[in-house]
Amino acid sequence: MRGFSETFFNPGVIARYLPALLSGFRVTLELAAAVVTLGILLGLALAVVRAFRVRVVNWVVVAFVDVFRTLPQLVVMVFAYFGLPYAGITISAFAAATLGLGLVLAAFAEEAFWAAITAIPRGQWEAARSTGLSFPQALGSVVMPQAIRIAIPLLTNRTIAITKGTALASVISVPEILDKAQSAMSLSANASPLVVGAGLYLAIFGPLVAFSRWLERRFGWIT
Amino acid sequence: MHEFLTNFANLESLARIYPLLLQGLQVTVLLSLVTVPLAIALGLVVAILYSFHLRFLNPLLIVYVDVLRSFPVLVGLVLIFYGLPFVGINLAAFPAAVLAIALNNSGYYGEILRAGIETVPRGQREAARSTGLTAWQTAFSVVLPQAVHNVLAPLAGNTLELIKTTSIATAVALPELMRSARVAQESTYNPTPLTAAALIYFVLLWPLTRLVARLERKMVASH
Repeated sequence: MRGFSETFFNPGVIARYLPALLSGFRVTLELAAAVVTLGILLGLALAVVRAFRVRVVNWVVVAFVDVFRTLPQLVVMVFAYFGLPYAGITISAFAAATLGLGLVLAAFAEEAFWAAITAIPRGQWEAARSTGLSFPQALGSVVMPQAIRIAIPLLTNRTIAITKGTALASVISVPEILDKAQSAMSLSANASPLVVGAGLYLAIFGPLVAFSRWLERRFGWIT
Repeated sequence: MHEFLTNFANLESLARIYPLLLQGLQVTVLLSLVTVPLAIALGLVVAILYSFHLRFLNPLLIVYVDVLRSFPVLVGLVLIFYGLPFVGINLAAFPAAVLAIALNNSGYYGEILRAGIETVPRGQREAARSTGLTAWQTAFSVVLPQAVHNVLAPLAGNTLELIKTTSIATAVALPELMRSARVAQESTYNPTPLTAAALIYFVLLWPLTRLVARLERKMVASH
């Protein structure tokens, strides 16, 4: 038992590597913020563009959504990091991770926003237009406020799931929690840093998962 | 354009590395075929246990589900593959990946099926029990079929996510599709293997993506 606690909960090892793990914690938070911002805003923009129903544009949006819903996040990330330099585009590991996860989240967000837009009854559009609002005004002031409310519970679980994917960035050596924990583990030949890292992930995502459960109860959605 | 093609769609490179990619594809398919049923079975156990509404058990089940959902699956995999050897448990990459992905997804499947079971009216269960069916018979023949029907969209969506997740096994050097593509890319100094792998993932999973999108639209429309 003593061996077990020394291996997984070793105070000396934890104290030595805590600063590194906390710096990883910060990078994880920054990456998560970047991913959510890029993903949700791009997804929202694509759904709004799609609402104008210009055929060629819609094909492009649908193709984008299908590609990034289908490809694994890690594949997009690795392609952005190891593939793009061959085309003369070299981006940092952080940017590649943001792009990989953000584009995938954008595809899901577009789907959720678009589903919500199409769920708004026709009468809402017609009433808005008949009061003299232009199409963009009806979309912006009448349809989107309702659609966003419908889309939020549809999106929370997916957003959390994709944001958890920040751990994947360790594969391309972004110095986030898992990356720091793994190097601390191999330096110290002790599993405690990994346990602490796991705890840090729980600290970030546990409250978010609890929040999404509350949202589901409230809105009665199964996502 | 020519240079772009010789880089990203280099036929010579493709001819050289396609056996490697095919092997990778085999491992990815095998990993998915083993993990999906296992994860569904584990999730089913959680959901059915929950549906018995035992007061001491349900909070534990919720904690189980939420902890797994707040834990990046890659962190779980690293814990199992690099952490367990510290206590003398050495798993090969394949079983480690199966265990990590199945455990993680048992949380997701468990939550989806649990929510699905909640959508089945109480009267169904009471009627089934009053005809003389046992609790387990009621769960499997009356409640579950309706529950699954009500959450078909998230079930299919999660299965798609699970198959995409198998790409994380690359982090423990399991030679699945993603890993094979990386190895091929590094040995040929050419990104074509990455393009090819992305294409294979897309061809493999795109029908499932379309199916999920259709089921989701139906679900949103019915609300």
